[in-house]
This record gives sequence, structure tokens and C-alpha cells, in this order.
Amino acid sequence: MSVESTPAALTAEGQPARGHRVVRLLRRPELGALSGTLLIILFFAAFAGDTGLFTSRGLINVLQISAELGILAVAVALLMIGGEFDLSIGSMVGFAGIIVGLGAAQFHLPIELTVLIAFGFAVLIGYVNGLLVIRTGLPSFIVTLAALFILRGLTIAITRAVTGRTQIPYITADLEGHWVVGLFAGTAFQGLFRWLADIGLIATRPDGLPAVAGIPASVLWWLGLTAIATWVLLNTRFGNWVFASGGDPNAARNVGVPVARVKIILFILTAMAATLFATIQVLSVGSADTLRGTLKEFEAIIAAVIGGCLLTGGYGSAIGAGFGALIFGFVQMGIFYTGIDTDWFKVFLGGMVLIAVLFNNYVRQKATSAR
Amino acid sequence: MSRQTPTVELRNVSKNFGSVQALEELSLEVFPGEVCCLLGDNGAGKSTAIKILSGVFAPSAGEMLVDGKPVHFASPRDALDRGIATVYQDLAMVPLMSIARNFFMGREPVKGWGPLQRLDHPFANRVAREEMAKIGIRIRDPAQAVGTLSGGERQCVAIARAVYFGARVLILDEPTSALGVKQASMVLRYVAQARAAGLGVVFITHNVHHAYPVGDRFLLLNRGRSMGCFSRAEISRDEVTGMMAGGEDLRELEEELAEIPRSRNAAAAPRSV
Repeated sequence: MSVESTPAALTAEGQPARGHRVVRLLRRPELGALSGTLLIILFFAAFAGDTGLFTSRGLINVLQISAELGILAVAVALLMIGGEFDLSIGSMVGFAGIIVGLGAAQFHLPIELTVLIAFGFAVLIGYVNGLLVIRTGLPSFIVTLAALFILRGLTIAITRAVTGRTQIPYITADLEGHWVVGLFAGTAFQGLFRWLADIGLIATRPDGLPAVAGIPASVLWWLGLTAIATWVLLNTRFGNWVFASGGDPNAARNVGVPVARVKIILFILTAMAATLFATIQVLSVGSADTLRGTLKEFEAIIAAVIGGCLLTGGYGSAIGAGFGALIFGFVQMGIFYTGIDTDWFKVFLGGMVLIAVLFNNYVRQKATSAR
Repeated sequence: MSRQTPTVELRNVSKNFGSVQALEELSLEVFPGEVCCLLGDNGAGKSTAIKILSGVFAPSAGEMLVDGKPVHFASPRDALDRGIATVYQDLAMVPLMSIARNFFMGREPVKGWGPLQRLDHPFANRVAREEMAKIGIRIRDPAQAVGTLSGGERQCVAIARAVYFGARVLILDEPTSALGVKQASMVLRYVAQARAAGLGVVFITHNVHHAYPVGDRFLLLNRGRSMGCFSRAEISRDEVTGMMAGGEDLRELEEELAEIPRSRNAAAAPRSV
């Protein structure tokens, strides 16, 4: 149907056939996640419409949860499209957190330097992960599973050896108002929110201040990174190479795509995303814990898969992973607000993944079967 | 048959992997506007020959010349830069990517500068559509996935891509072996078009019926050795088949099969009635 042998099938340049755009839209990998997000919102609007989930406070909570996962998920989505997994990012979150914590609270380094050191480690660890996968030819699942345990073990061992405990408190004690804290854990648009409260658009607390001070920095990081990743993926050479490396590395290599370099860069980016997540968390909460980030690797994969990424690589979307994280945030807070026992959250999550994978498989068959 | 210099030439090229002799003293000339068929059974050394021509392996002994001058390829990129493009059977296209993205994979057209440098989608779509139209494949939407194309069409996209990027010599690795009759003839027709456009073609196959109609010269390989290079006038289709490794085996097999009764049921039939 799409390939015709008659010239009549070719529409004039610049005048795509009607319905053409719709078909193209249906072919987008994030379609499932977008419709899923709308469904979830409608569901909770019906069952939790008056519980506080849809107040400014509730929505900011949803966004904050979504943002933290979304920062990981967008990098994981790129890596999965590039055909690889990284199971070590949860451990990387814990590791980066204690690097920041030890640097600031134990060695009293300037916070800028500490954060920079943490990102330096991220580049190194991502590079080693990538290099091992490329050089050994082993599945990244196994290589990064090893990294998951090695990093978590190192995190606990180092922290206990240096501090005698597994938690590092009072990291931000002397950093009130520091620009680095503002950059990672600040609140934006405070003036706007005060004005919105003044004109009565958002609720106010008894003391007259808005119920929500502003947009958390993590949300802006999330939106910014998702936008950049989407643009890079769809509109740059590097993006095309990511699809090609994951879709068929041999075919890509045969036409000169630097597959090894692309994959190593993607591993570095996931480790950096984990470090960004850790920095935001440590500077918001003010403490680091060796167990932070546990299971985050799987939650990020869940968000990416709900967002349309195929486990086999070569297909997916960064903005879809953003929707996946949003679904995650809505479900988690929605269950909390509706008063359903939160133990059911994981059951729900598992079910979502199954539905998403089945849906994605169906879409892929539609997209690639000869018509 | 031609006095001009061959575009690519192998002179007494040998290749061994440790003690295994994969190719022994192979000589081969590829002229513009000519299809040279490389025939042989599995293990005859065809893929080793391709990999030397395309720059994946360096020969252990012997010389490789491009336009009459000796060359040493360090990588497939070097071969590509000299206009020698290899189209591999299954390893040419990414099925989940669009036709246009596949067409320009590794050589994406960009516009803008610095961090705003981006893919030139309209250009890529237009060229992909035009190049495919030239070979008689009309695509409505260059953004559709390559996976929606038939095997023959995919092979044609890969060849069209090589031609568009300035290939002077096409090395086609079993381009028709996984295809049905109709799909294969689409590819063969395109090979003939490429030859007419003045390209040199090395057509690797074990299927004489695909090779004979488009081939100008036939080089037969058996266990790493050349069994001779024949022009089309010198050799018939049956002779080619006979010379290929397996030709003799096939005759033996035919005799052997003839002795097995046509149908086991023929003997069993009376009982079942």
C-alpha cells in the first residue's frame, strides 16, 4: 500500500497526502505513553478529584517524583535506543551521593568542587562500563549487573571506612543560599507563585504565603533534559547514530557509524544522569545514604519502556520516557491520595509494564510489517 | 576484452589465517561498465575476497590496485573513499529506521552551525525519494520504516545509497540469495542499470541462474583457488554450473536419488487400500 509502482502514488512535493500526518503521528513511539498518561489523569480525576491530588501542592508533588525518575529515564531511554542496558545507575546514585557527602561534610571541600568530582567519577564509571561492554562483547545486562554490586559495595565499604557509619548528615548545614544548592535544589518562579496566590489562583497557607513556593529545580532539569534529548535524538547526526547503533550495529558499522563511540557516550550520559539525580537529592535533603537509588535502575527502565522503548534497541523516544515518568509520579501520588493501601503501588506498576510492552510490540509490528 | 585500466585489480592475492589458506593467488580485474561474477560454493573463499576488496582484511601476499596504482586499505572507510562500496546481504539496513534515515546513515546531511547544527530532513526525504524513483521504486513517504519494504526493495535502497555516494565499483555480497524470483529479478534489473551507467560491479553469488543473465565475466572459486576467469562468450550456463564446486557432487547426488524409489507410499499403498 505504501509502495506503489504507479507514478500517481507520488504526491506533489510539499503537499503530503491527507491522512499522511495522522499516520505519521500514529507511528510515533511515544503515542502509547501519551495516551496512558491521559488515561491515568482521567482515572484519578474521577476517583481522586477532590482529595487534594489536583491542588497545586498535590501536582507539585507528582511533578517532583516524576522529575527525579524522569532525569534517569531520559538517559536510560537514549541508552536503550542505542541497544544497551545500564543496571548500575541505582548504585551510581548511591555512590555519587556519598562522594558529594564525603567531600562536603567530611573533607570540607567547596561544594562546587565536590559536585564536579562526583561528575568526574560518573564520566569515568560510565566510560569503564561502556568500554567493558564494547571490548568483551558481553551483554550490557551482565556487565552492568556486576557494576551494580561493585558500586553499591564500594559505596557502603568506603563510607563506613571513612565515617564509621552508612549515612552522612548535615551536608548542606553551612550552605544556606549557596548558588550550587540553588542550582540543584532551589525553587524557581517564587515571585510568580506569590502573585498567583495573591490573585487567588493557587491556595495560600494560613500565614498568607502560597501553598507551593514555586517550581522545584529538579522539575526544570527534567523538562530541559527531556527537551534536549528529544531534539538530539530526532534532529542531529548523533541521534541518527543512536538509532542505527541500537537497530543494527553491524549495518551501522558498515556505513561508517562509530558504533563503539556512540555507545560509550551513552553509558557516560546515564552515569551522569544518576549523578545529577544524586546531587539534587543530597542537596535537597541535606544528607547522603549508602542505600539511596536502590531499584532506581528498574524504575527508570520501566519509565523508558512505558515511553515506547523496545528492549531490543533501535526504537523509542526521550519524550516518551518523560511521559513514562509522569505516569509513575501520578500513580504513586494518586494511590497515596485516594487512600488505597500504598502496598498496591508495585502491583499496579508491574501491570503497567506488561501492558506497555504488549502495546509496544503491537505497534512495532504495525510499523514494520510489509504492507 | 578491454584495453582500459581496470578500476580495481587484485594481482596474485593470497590470504591465510594462521595455517588456514583462505585464498591462494587470486587475480581479478573489475572494469567500468562490467559485471564480474564471483562464483563458488560455501567456503570457496568468496567472503575473504570481498573483505579484501572492501578493506576489512589486508592481503597476506599479492597486490591490490585502484586505477592502476597499488593501494593499502586500513579500513572499510578507505575503500569507500576510493569509491569501492560493498553492499552486504543482511547487514545493510536498519529495519526500524525510516528509508531516508537509512539512506543517509553515517553520512547525514546537516544544516545550521554549532550547537544548532541539525539534520536536513527535507533534503534527505527528497533525495531518498528521487533516487528510489530513478530505479522505479515509488515511495510515498520516505519517513516510513525500511521494515515495510520487501527484501528486494531493501537491497535496492542499499545499492542506490552506494551509487548516490559516489561508488564506482559496487561489491554485491549475495544480493539475491535470500530473495524470491520476483524480488531477485528487481535487484538484477538494477544491477544491469548500474552497469549501463558505467559502474563496475562485483557480483558474489552461488546461484548461476542469477549470475549468468547479468554477468560479463565469471570467476570461479574453489577452496580458495581460482578455477579460471571466463567471458560470457567462452562459457555456457551449464558449463559454469558444472565447474562450480558442487556441480560434480550434484550429479552424483542426482544418480543416487534416482535409485531411491519415487514414493515409499507406492509400496505401502496396496496395504492401506
